[in-house]
Amino acid sequence: MNKIAFTTAGQELSAALDPRFGRAARFLIYDLQQKSIQVIENQQGRNAAQGAGIQAAETVVKAGIDTLVTGHCGPKAFKVLAAAGVQVFNCNAATVDEALHELLAGRLTAAENFDVEGHW
Amino acid sequence: MAAARKQNSYRIAVASGKGGTGKTTVALNLAAMFGEPVQLADCDVEEPNDNLFLRCEQLTPHEVTMLVPEVDPQRCNGCGACGELCQFRGIVSLGSRALVFPELCHGCGGCALVCPTGALTEHPHRIGTISVGQSGTIRLIEGRLEVGVSLVPPVIRAVRDQLLDDVPAILDAPPGTSCPVVATLRESDYLVLVTDPTPFGLHDLKLAVALAKELGLPCGVVVNRAGEDLVGLHSYCQAENLPILLSLPDDRQIAEVTSRGDLVALALPEYGLMFSELATKLKHELAKTGGTP
Amino acid sequence: MSKEHIRELVVLSGKGGTGKTSVTASFALLANKAVLADCDVDAADLHLLLTPIVEQRHAFMSGHEAVIRQQDCSGCGICMDSCRFDAIRREGAVCRIDPVACEGCSVCYRLCPDKAIDFPERVCGEWMVSGTRCGPMVHAQLGVAAENSGKLVTTVREQAWAVAVDKRIPLIISDGPPGIGCPVIASLSGVSLALVVTEPTVSGLHDLQRVLALARHFSVPTAVCVNKWDINPQQTEKIEAAARSAGAAVTGRIRYDRSVTQAQLQQKAVVELDAGAGDDIRVIWKQVTELL
Repeated sequence: MNKIAFTTAGQELSAALDPRFGRAARFLIYDLQQKSIQVIENQQGRNAAQGAGIQAAETVVKAGIDTLVTGHCGPKAFKVLAAAGVQVFNCNAATVDEALHELLAGRLTAAENFDVEGHW
Repeated sequence: MAAARKQNSYRIAVASGKGGTGKTTVALNLAAMFGEPVQLADCDVEEPNDNLFLRCEQLTPHEVTMLVPEVDPQRCNGCGACGELCQFRGIVSLGSRALVFPELCHGCGGCALVCPTGALTEHPHRIGTISVGQSGTIRLIEGRLEVGVSLVPPVIRAVRDQLLDDVPAILDAPPGTSCPVVATLRESDYLVLVTDPTPFGLHDLKLAVALAKELGLPCGVVVNRAGEDLVGLHSYCQAENLPILLSLPDDRQIAEVTSRGDLVALALPEYGLMFSELATKLKHELAKTGGTP
Repeated sequence: MSKEHIRELVVLSGKGGTGKTSVTASFALLANKAVLADCDVDAADLHLLLTPIVEQRHAFMSGHEAVIRQQDCSGCGICMDSCRFDAIRREGAVCRIDPVACEGCSVCYRLCPDKAIDFPERVCGEWMVSGTRCGPMVHAQLGVAAENSGKLVTTVREQAWAVAVDKRIPLIISDGPPGIGCPVIASLSGVSLALVVTEPTVSGLHDLQRVLALARHFSVPTAVCVNKWDINPQQTEKIEAAARSAGAAVTGRIRYDRSVTQAQLQQKAVVELDAGAGDDIRVIWKQVTELL
């Protein structure tokens, strides 16, 4: 585990965790080695007519992540992430910070599959 | 194109900007009183209703498919050219084997064209069904979109492809003025716009007339539930040079007969006459505008 | 206000013309505070009853289109042969793309040996944020012959949500599109409740079942009401039974009432007149608020 993406509407670790992936406002990427933060917008996902999850997946994979933490992940997004070797964790923590702690404490289990239907 | 078709094969589309004005009622009753064998294409593939009234005996559905790519994992090298071209996210490749999402694919064939290793082949993917049946002098072609499929125009194109070239056709269009309606109206010779004398009806009629102009289609108007013209429908039609081909009165009997799934032209003789006259007027309009007969 | 506290109701019909918009407008009047969203972007009519005053206008871009620069075209016809949508024809010595038929797939743009094709973004319509006597309203108009992918519907909904969060309004009422295609899917996903307004006809029943199947596909709770029910009481009962078997709540019946047209002519909602149909809508609204 090296680079972890969290879905969020905010700009820092204290921001709320967005329950959606495809239509999330942006992604906060946490580098475990450097202990640094990078925020990237989810323009493509938000603007997509369909296949928002695919666009979002493309965005985060291109940013070099290997882990995703979000509320829910739909079938198309999951397919793309799995093929790119990204582990997905579903989490209902209120903030990115809490979610990060849950993840590092080993309290989250890697998802085996998507957990909501598309267009959720 | 229209010119290549035979003499007797003109196509009359029945549409309206607004839903529920009576397109299907007009299309069905017109077909029933057409006075000669005619084809009826139910292009409202999201909600096809024509057969509820015709109750054709043999209506065997055939699949409508669209060509969707399949990836040969042995040949795919993850170059990403396919994903880069695709405008609809139907195929995605992120340095790994390409992934296909058939429900987003538009069937353009672009990915297979740019694949450098020949890893993509196209296969038919089901998006709906077409059924052909006969009811008296009416040959019905019904298009039905699979529930959950979002792309509508390919099913409508498949309905149009089933039209015979030597028999006149009436096309029952979906409501609105966007891509499904455009797919229906292509290669039609005349457009019948159904409206009612309400503010919604007039507003949406104007949108439909704008579409007809955009497509260069001559059109005429049928007024359903006609009563007092409180919205200036007649003066609008006059100003736009739109002939009013038929005015159906706001008769509760029409609503009742139709609600049962019956045709007013057959149930009530005075309406049978009106629809016969509509057929005659339309053939006259077609002769004027240079389409057949 | 956080998003979890906002409820969203979409009013659908399956079949067009059942009275969706008239019912939505009445709901807008009866709701205490709500944001209105007109998601019937192809044939938008809600504004005719709510008379919005436009505060913001935005161009709506969706997808791309291919355009041939005829001065650079050699007339080779490779574009014509590769277009799956029959959008390209010969025009004398050069080729021409019909913008109405162009799917925006980019194949011709990629293949043109003369690089004579441009691929700009398409302006497909516009969306507006306005004020009405019932609260803020987000609405749109799709351009004539434009593609109706549902993206404009999604834009209208997103903007309605933004207004609801910003102005702390806990309810969004959406006038939905007819049918079951992309625009309906876009208006339906993730809503709190979908109310289907139908009519007591064979078409009404048939189309209701298709739209309820669609809502089930997206795990959206559903409710049904029958408009103009007294045209065919037998069919009305059939429809209500079918609704129940499909797991939809039956919320009431609206009688056939000419006041509906009167209301349109006066640019009002039916509940603003003294009408039987208005009373029926009030009963349904009460049921709907309990379900939300």
